Amino acid sequence: MDVRVDVLVVGAGPAGLALATRLAQAGAGRVEVLEREQHAGGMPYHLHHGGFGRPPRPWLDGPAYARRWVRDAVDAGAAVRTGVTATGWAGPLCLETTGPAGLERITARAVVLATGARERPRSARLVPGSRPQGVMTTGELLRSVHQHALPVGRRAVVVGAEPVARHAAAVLRGSGTAVAAMLTEHPYAAAVPGVPLLTRTTVTELRGRGRLTGLAIRHRDGRTGLLGCDTVVFTGDWIPEHELARRGGVPLDPGTRGPRVDASFRTEAPGVFAVGNALHGIERAATAAREGAAAAAPVLAHLEGAPWPQPGPALEVRAPLLWVTPNRITGTAGRPLLLRSGAPLTAPVVTATQDGRTLWRRRLAGPASPSRSLRVPPRWTVRADRTGGPVVLTLG
Amino acid sequence: MTVTRSGPLPDSGDPYDVTVVGAGVVGSAIARALARLPLRTALIDASDDVGSGTSKANTAILHTGFDAVPGSLESRLVRDGQRLLASYAAQSGIPVEPVGALLVAWNEEQLAALPALADKAVRNGYRSARILAAADVRSREPQLGPGVLGALHIPDESLICPWTTTLAYATQAVRAGVHLHLNCPVLSVTPGEPHTLTTGRGPLRTRHLVNAAGLYADDIDRFLGHADFTVTPRRGQLIVFDELARGLLRHILLPVPDARGKGVLVTPTVYGNVMLGPTAEDLDDKTDTGSTAEGLALLREKGRRILPALLDEEVTAVYAGLRAATGQEDYAIRAHPRQRYVTVGGIRSTGLTASMAIADHVVDLLAEGGLPVTGAREPDPVRMPNLGEAFPRPYRDAAMIAADPDYGRIVCHCERVTRGEIRDALASTVAPASPDGLRRRTRARGGRCQGFHCGAAVRALFEEARR
Ligand SMILES: Cc1cc2nc3c(=O)[nH]c(=O)nc-3n(C[C@H](O)[C@H](O)[C@H](O)COP(=O)(O)OP(=O)(O)OC[C@H]3O[C@@H](n4cnc5c(N)ncnc54)[C@H](O)[C@@H]3O)c2cc1C
Ligand SMILES: Cc1cc2nc3c(=O)[nH]c(=O)nc-3n(C[C@H](O)[C@H](O)[C@H](O)COP(=O)(O)OP(=O)(O)OC[C@H]3O[C@@H](n4cnc5c(N)ncnc54)[C@H](O)[C@@H]3O)c2cc1C
Repeated sequence: MDVRVDVLVVGAGPAGLALATRLAQAGAGRVEVLEREQHAGGMPYHLHHGGFGRPPRPWLDGPAYARRWVRDAVDAGAAVRTGVTATGWAGPLCLETTGPAGLERITARAVVLATGARERPRSARLVPGSRPQGVMTTGELLRSVHQHALPVGRRAVVVGAEPVARHAAAVLRGSGTAVAAMLTEHPYAAAVPGVPLLTRTTVTELRGRGRLTGLAIRHRDGRTGLLGCDTVVFTGDWIPEHELARRGGVPLDPGTRGPRVDASFRTEAPGVFAVGNALHGIERAATAAREGAAAAAPVLAHLEGAPWPQPGPALEVRAPLLWVTPNRITGTAGRPLLLRSGAPLTAPVVTATQDGRTLWRRRLAGPASPSRSLRVPPRWTVRADRTGGPVVLTLG
Repeated sequence: MTVTRSGPLPDSGDPYDVTVVGAGVVGSAIARALARLPLRTALIDASDDVGSGTSKANTAILHTGFDAVPGSLESRLVRDGQRLLASYAAQSGIPVEPVGALLVAWNEEQLAALPALADKAVRNGYRSARILAAADVRSREPQLGPGVLGALHIPDESLICPWTTTLAYATQAVRAGVHLHLNCPVLSVTPGEPHTLTTGRGPLRTRHLVNAAGLYADDIDRFLGHADFTVTPRRGQLIVFDELARGLLRHILLPVPDARGKGVLVTPTVYGNVMLGPTAEDLDDKTDTGSTAEGLALLREKGRRILPALLDEEVTAVYAGLRAATGQEDYAIRAHPRQRYVTVGGIRSTGLTASMAIADHVVDLLAEGGLPVTGAREPDPVRMPNLGEAFPRPYRDAAMIAADPDYGRIVCHCERVTRGEIRDALASTVAPASPDGLRRRTRARGGRCQGFHCGAAVRALFEEARR
């Protein structure tokens, strides 16, 4: 079946729903949001803890927060369709879908990728050993416990010590699984009361046939050990769900592994936008929603015929920085740039240069941590030469 | 239809006419061949599923046998097996993709070895191999790393689905009346007329016995008083890359072989990903299918040389399989007619390809031992669900979805596996005994997220069916 809409948003998480709400409110025509899960709401649907909502007073739990976004989008007049997967492209702005009602080709005037992110599983991290049951990611843990009430295990180890890892530990305990340890390669992290925290530690092998029996570990100073457990949760290490982008030939940024966008969320494929965790891996829900809302104006401008800009100079990072979004400078950025460091630094100085010229330099207020993005004010981007070489960000 | 997984073995008073020990691809093929005959046949395996030994973890190539030892039994059975399996696959819905292979020469020595390999192919009855110049290789495979000097092109090397192959054989055998007993390890054998096998689920009596126990074929042999060979497990570790890497190559990229075996190759799979491996490590432990840091590092180093861009892609899975090496350069298929016993040993790195030809050969050997082989009837054909990416899959099939909306309900998003397929697999003749078994029947949870999105839903469907 062939269908036409004005805006097609793929992914009904906070980012996609916030955008759809704004667009529908602004009278953007037919705005449709596709969600492959049975429920709209994205990741927060699976997060049964409080702390969601508009700062400065976050008070909702995840499902309530998800429901609120769905209601807002529907009330504004957007169509939110669940159980429908965008599987590929039939044209530059035409997506193929599969759902229980059959196959469709949906052509839109603007397509928005709001497909979220996933954690890299054990295999992608190349953790050696056997292939027993009891090995999962936080995503699987949450769904096992909250959505399907499946038993998890008796004794678990959590790999990672970032906020998501602490959340995994809480969910494990809540479901009756003891948490034997949390471990991280980083030199320090915040511990969860009652759970031993092993820093500077890596998993060197998974053991067990049938069911996991333990993990071989190694400390950076060479000490090794064995942790007995029947469950291990690999947390963090996010990667955008970029399949649709790649299948559509939408160029990715090598740092984020998400579609490369400018400050207006425009990818390098005319008419295709990208927002939320699909751009950079995990951020707080409010950040994803804010990106979605901020993309409304450029999407509307595109619908009204604004020209798609030439890709301006690329924004690049150097170690210890891992990535920055946006990834191109095509106009003045109106919102802070997000910047992620791979190493902790106490008083980091950010420097932006282009073709050997320093555009901007500042000492940031807080420390840099691998688990949190830094926000860099956008004003200096006006100083970049639109026809010059890449703008390089460094951290020292 | 008889498939048992627990409790004492059913006892009908009469012994089985034939029992096949080992439900890998080889044992299942033998059981299927026997199912054509009016006999009481049993197929038994120590594990909880068919094809869960070496047969589940290989490089899944349907070989031409161009590089076998000319004149060997393996050479003949691989060549015949390739033809038989290719046509069986076409009838049964097992995906096969004839992508062809390139044996890539990276140095002068390897280049110099190509003409001899082309000759060897001819001596193995394979006449289509051609030597290609470097420029031709590069235009066929633009992503190859620097330094390619030439290649031998084997146009008929193909990709196949190893999981549905074993499953098709076993399904067809069971539907034709073969008894499949799983979780049924053979602990010892008392030879006699009939033989009595002591299994983990009680005694089993059988007139004829086929030993297709893979890595443990030497143990079963010893129970019957034979010590012809010893199986040494030779581990092969493999890295499976994301489906998004599939566009990087068109052929199976083989190294020029050395004494240790076929070496590390890069190959597409019928599921649409790219596989890098295997290693070749001789071990003592027949159960050690773990991967190691050294093995993975070695594969990455070799892979980077062959196809540099591959290393930037996400890894979907890491596997290891164990080949049954015997120190001999041929299959160790031995008949002991007076004992009404056949050993199918040493089926190292070509057993998937040769399986149907091995089966026919074994039936002939059983006949020499007095097994009546008259009255053969072709069993009803089977139609396996398609797991191949190059063939229509349910999520893309409007007619299937219209007839049953469950084929439009995608459960495993990375692999696009629908609820309808999972439901069908759970209700199939040889049903899965674990989520891993379900994965080998549907691909569910086998994709890049390894369960982040679908793991819980797939497990829930599995648990629900088991209740
Ligand atoms: C364990 C954990 C704890 C967290 N805790 C907090 C917290 O306390 N506070 C907070 O603010 N944030 C928290 N977050 C982060 C928050 O959940 C995310 O930032 C937010 O959900 C991102 O929104 P999104 O719309 O970009 O992506 P998602 O919420 O991931 O939504 C993307 C949607 O796209 C759908 N989709 C993808 N591909 C397709 C396709 N091809 N067709 C159709 N649909 C598709 C997916 O099914 C998904 O529903 C947490 C996250 C996790 C994992
Ligand atoms: C890394 C690797 C790559 C390969 N690549 C290819 C390829 O590309 N193409 C190809 O054609 N071949 C390939 N092979 C070879 C192929 O996989 C094997 O030859 C084939 O799977 C052997 O099948 P099998 O049935 O003999 O053994 P298995 O699959 O191991 O089956 C033996 C069965 O016997 C059972 N068993 C053992 N002992 C007992 C007992 N005491 N009681 C009851 N049951 C018992 C086991 O549980 C097992 O299921 C490869 C092999 C490896 C390891």
